[in-house]
Parts: sequence; structure tokens; C-alpha cells
Amino acid sequence: MEKDQDKILNDVTQSEYKYGFVTDIENETIPKGLNEDVVRIISQKKNEPEFMLEFRLKAFRHWQTLEMPNWAHLNIPEINYQDIIFYAAPKQKAELDSMDDVDPELKATFDKLGIPLDEQKIMSGVAVDAVMDSVSVKTTFKENLSELGIIFCSFSEAVQEHPDLIKKYMGSVVPYTDNYFAALNSAVFSDGSFCYIPKGVRCPMELSTYFRINAANTGQFERTLIVAEDDSYVSYLEGCTAPQRDENQLHAAIVEIIAGKNSEVKYSTVQNWYPGDKDGNGGIYNFVTKRGKCAGDNSKISWTQVETGSAVTWKYPSTILLGDNSVGEFYSVAVTNNHQQADTGTKMIHIGKNTKSIIVSKGISAGVSQNSYRGLVKVVKNAVNARNFSQCDSLLLGDKCGAHTFPYIEVDNKDAVVEHEATTSKIGEDQIFYCNQRGIKTEDAIGLIVNGYAKEVLNKLPMEFAVEAQKLLQISLEGSVG
Amino acid sequence: MLSIKNLHANIEGKEILKGINFEVKPGEVHAIMGPNGSGKSTLASVLAGREIFEVTDGKVNYCEKDLLEMTPEERASEGIFLGFQYPIEIPGVSMVNFMKTAVNAQRTHKGLEPMSSSDFLKLMREKKELVELDAALASRSVNEGFSGGEKKRNEIFQMAMLEPKLSILDETDSGLDIDALRIVANGVNKLKTKDNATIVITHYQRLLDYIVPDFVHVLYNGKIIKSGGKELALELEEKGYDWLKKGADK
Repeated sequence: MEKDQDKILNDVTQSEYKYGFVTDIENETIPKGLNEDVVRIISQKKNEPEFMLEFRLKAFRHWQTLEMPNWAHLNIPEINYQDIIFYAAPKQKAELDSMDDVDPELKATFDKLGIPLDEQKIMSGVAVDAVMDSVSVKTTFKENLSELGIIFCSFSEAVQEHPDLIKKYMGSVVPYTDNYFAALNSAVFSDGSFCYIPKGVRCPMELSTYFRINAANTGQFERTLIVAEDDSYVSYLEGCTAPQRDENQLHAAIVEIIAGKNSEVKYSTVQNWYPGDKDGNGGIYNFVTKRGKCAGDNSKISWTQVETGSAVTWKYPSTILLGDNSVGEFYSVAVTNNHQQADTGTKMIHIGKNTKSIIVSKGISAGVSQNSYRGLVKVVKNAVNARNFSQCDSLLLGDKCGAHTFPYIEVDNKDAVVEHEATTSKIGEDQIFYCNQRGIKTEDAIGLIVNGYAKEVLNKLPMEFAVEAQKLLQISLEGSVG
Repeated sequence: MLSIKNLHANIEGKEILKGINFEVKPGEVHAIMGPNGSGKSTLASVLAGREIFEVTDGKVNYCEKDLLEMTPEERASEGIFLGFQYPIEIPGVSMVNFMKTAVNAQRTHKGLEPMSSSDFLKLMREKKELVELDAALASRSVNEGFSGGEKKRNEIFQMAMLEPKLSILDETDSGLDIDALRIVANGVNKLKTKDNATIVITHYQRLLDYIVPDFVHVLYNGKIIKSGGKELALELEEKGYDWLKKGADK
């Protein structure tokens, strides 16, 4: 097995993160560093109304009083915020009326990534908001959607065109006081997506935002806000890639979801940020605060994530179950290989009556990586008849990686039923040999077994993305025979 | 088809195969019998290419190729099939997905196009009927929750799907009741052609009533100490192995 392992490792260290290319395009940037002036410049460049600048400044001043948290099971070198550029935008026209207006280099980039900006070539039924560095490049199907009253546009545009909605909902689920990175994001956020589904409307297509970091030494601070009014439905997908660079890049985003009565929001993420090379150099720091509020009775928010990239992943997509009978779901596959680290999980806060939450977390570790699940199930005193089921599985490839589980259960109501299961397993040499003996190469065998393991989560993804996610899982584990 | 000369193999430093000489021609059925610990399963694993066994000497020629130079998956794609003594479970991987990947991997090796989904499902239906495999079994994860007998039948089903040139069945009869034995043997017999060959490893004469061998070999202490026709198996059934062991130990 040793000989075989070395051979495969050697073969595969030549294989590259295939999104590692850099786009040669003119960028508009501001000087490095973070201070109140930088915050004002950002707001000014984006032509924001006064209330937005106020919000940023309050957040920035609060951030200055905070210290970076270090309780996670992660080893992160100190980040020098004065060495980061906080705004970089591809230089091109602000208003994009047709594909012809989009810079050809940008078009080429998204073509290479397989992201359809051209509506004729689009995979049927998916609207795309393409964000390169800090700026939304193009949002497809905007007009079609607006006929139904659906707003799907860049966050920056929403600040201009729908300030009342932004004022009402922004920060209502993740206030800038929430944590260190939320404060930072609230001060310097660049762009992201805004999505509003009016009462009674079922969004007819998948909405997706595709984030691409390109410029060097920049931080990416997106902000996404999804509002689903009563009786509405939307399924949203977030995809991410970044070029291969030797330095680490910071990605500190915020996602807020508000679900009204009887509404449902499905939020799926397939994250493939550059994970760093096999020696642990470079890679994205992915520190994200994602939270949904089931504000109305009978509402439902589902998070599905496939995390395969990033040097460090630190995020807990959470759901506040405020409305009676509301449901929160969390399905996750988090892969770590080589020197990657992940401390991820979810928080389900049961507040209303008869609330239900389901957590299925599948961690896969390989190389010398560290993969931790951290979850909180909280049932407050008046949360009558709460139900939770949590399942945390870890799969270890090889004997140098680590998997850890930190489940927190805080129950203050005697009716609550909270179940927790956990398994740890390894891919056995005998399972691989069984596949080999049927003609299946070892890499493909690992792909089969890992996908079988992650199936329960992958099945929750919209179909087109489930296929991509499967391939991604296999690629991210290349060279990790155990 | 298969020519083994002076094969020596060990595991963790302990020598198990101590000079095996053995030949198989197309259309033949060979039975290998012998007491526990004689090296029967080791021989099967070494032929399949399991790396925990180290080959220290000897040559194995398969269809004019050097078998020992080939990876396990290459050997499989060249037509070698091992029916495992203890088939392993692979949770989460459906039989359909597993077989489709295997069939297409072997086709790719031979330079053929992968099979379309509909053709593949047709093939599965055909072979399921041939070996009387329960429809339900095929839709489950590989061997997960299968009884011993079901696992053995699943091995024969996979053999039917992959149409190997040389099948090595390692104690395929262990743990089977009379009916299951009959079904497994039936399946093996139906798959026999004048171009393929089978090596049946077994303790008991019983299986050989159904899968009639052309040659019977006795493996003891890492060497083949006696070869004969099918009557040899009947003689062993009557007398046990002692009379042969005494001769070999001298």
C-alpha cells in the first residue's frame, strides 16, 4: 500500500486547482490599510446614501474596540489589517445593458469557470449574479424576475434603488455587534446579492451568486440579504472560487435571511476557494457569519453546504426558530486535505412552539488537516415541544489528519427531544482493494466511497450543482489514499 | 491461459507460498483444496494483486503477459475476477453505481465507449435473472446488511456482469445452505464457456458435486503436494488430508 500511495501522491501533486488562473484586467483600488477614511472612501465610491455611511462608521468604531477571537480549534497566524486593500473593482461601466457592455476579459473569466452570463447559453432556470472582487458584474434575468415583483440585484444597487428594504432588514439578523468579523464586514462590505420575494410568490428559478476573488492582497467582504415575505419560496445558490496565490486572502462575509409566515428559503453553497498548496502556503481565510431568522409561523430555512476549499474555514450557518412550527435544516459536507483547517457547524435556536431542527454534518479529513464540527442546539424556556436531530459523521483518510466534534446542547424546556448521533470511520484498504479487483482505479474508488458517504447531503443540492459538487469532492481528495 | 512457476510469497515477513507450480488452460475448471492455513486464500490474493502480500520469487504468466507487473485493476480489466471469501461492505455506494463504475472502467481499459445508462440497466436485469439474484439486493449498498449467503450470491452476480476470462472463487461455498449452494453453483456453471476458466477454492467435496472440476490440486504448507482428477476430491472426502500430509512432511 505504501508504494501505491507514494506513486499516486507523486502523480497528483502535479494536478492543480483548476480555477487558479488570474484575470488580467484593469482594477480600481484604494490604498492599503483600514481607518475611518477608508470606510468613507468606500461609501463614497459606491455613492451611498447617508444612512449607509452612518451604519458603516458605527460598525467600524465598534470593531476597533474588539479583539480577534481565538476560541476555535484553528491555528491562524495574525492578520495585519493594514496590509490589506479593502476595495478593488474591475474598471468598467456601472450600468450593463447587454452582454456587449461587459469587458471581454470578464466574460472570458466567467466562461472559463463555466458560469453562464450569456442568457442564451444559460442552463435553464438559473439566474446568475456574477461578482468579481468587490463588484457585481452582471445579474441575469433581472427583468423577467421583476415582472413577478421579485427583486434580485446586487447589494449596492439595492442600497440605491430600495433603501427602505435595506434599512428595514439589514443587520436585523446579524447586527454589527454580533462578532468581530461581523463588525468588520459591516464597516467595509463591498457588494453581494439582494433578493426579495414578495408575498405569495414562488420564485420560478434558482437564484445564484457566483463570487470570484481576483485582485491580489484584497479582502472580500460580501453582504447577502434574502427576504422572503409570507407564503413565498426561493432556492438560492452561492458558488465561490479564487486564484492560486502565495499569500492568504481574507473573505469575511455576512449572509442574512428573513423568512415570513409559511415561507421557505433554501440556501445552498458550493465553496471552492483556493485551499493553499500542499505545503499549506497561501489559500483563503473563509470567516463567515450566516444566519437565518424563521420570523413567521410555519416558515422553513435550509442550509446546504459543500465546503472543499479555503485554507481556513470558520463558519456556522445558523437558524433562529422564532415562529411557531418553524423548521431549520443544516446539511454539510466539509472536506479538509493537506494543511487545511475547518471549524464549522451550525446553531439552531428554538424559541417558538413546536419548532424542529435537523443537522447532518459530514466531515472528511485527509492529509494533515484538522476538521472540527461545532454545533449548538439551544431550546429556551418557553420553546414548548421542540425537536432536534443531529448527526455528525467523520471520515478519516490516512492517519495524520484529525476530526473533532464539539456539540453544545442547552435545553431549558422539559418537553424538548434532542437526539445526537456521531460516527467516525476510515476508508479501509480492503474496501479499496475490493474496488480495484473489479477494475476500479484507487482514485475513482475513493471518489465512489466518499460520494456514497456524502450522498445524504449532496441529495439536498439542486440537481445541476449536485453533479458539480460530486466532481469537486473527488478532486479535492486527490492524493489522499489511506 | 495461466502459468505459475515457482511462486513464493510472504506477508509481514512470514513465507506462505513456498514454490507453487500450476497451469490453467481455457475451458478448464480447477479445484484447489487443502487444510486451513495452507495458503489457498493467499494464492487467490496474490493472483488478484493484493499488495499486503509480497512476491519474493517466481513468475506468473497470464495470456502471454507478466501478471505480477500489473496493478489489481489492470488484472481485473484483463479478465481476472476474484470471488472473495469475506466480501467487504461499502456503505453508501449502491450496487448499481458500483457495477456501472466497474463495467465502464473495464470497457475504458479495453478502448470501448462507456455503456449508456439504459443499456447498463438492461444488462443488470439480464444477469440478475441468470444468477437468480433478488431484485431488492441490487438496489442496496454494496454488501451492506447482506447475509453471508447473499454476499456470496452477490459475488457471482458481479462475476456475471463482468464476464471474466479467469475466475478465482475463494471458498464461495462457505456459509451456504443447500439451496443457496445450488443457486451459486448453477450461476457459475451457466457462465462457463470454452474460452474462460475457473479456479474453485474449497474445503468440501459438496460444491464439487455441482461445479465438476477437471483437475483437483491439494495445497499444503504453501506447496501443491498432489494433483489429480475429480476422484481425488472424493478420496479426500473419505480419508481426510492426513495421508497426504504425512507424505509431504517427511
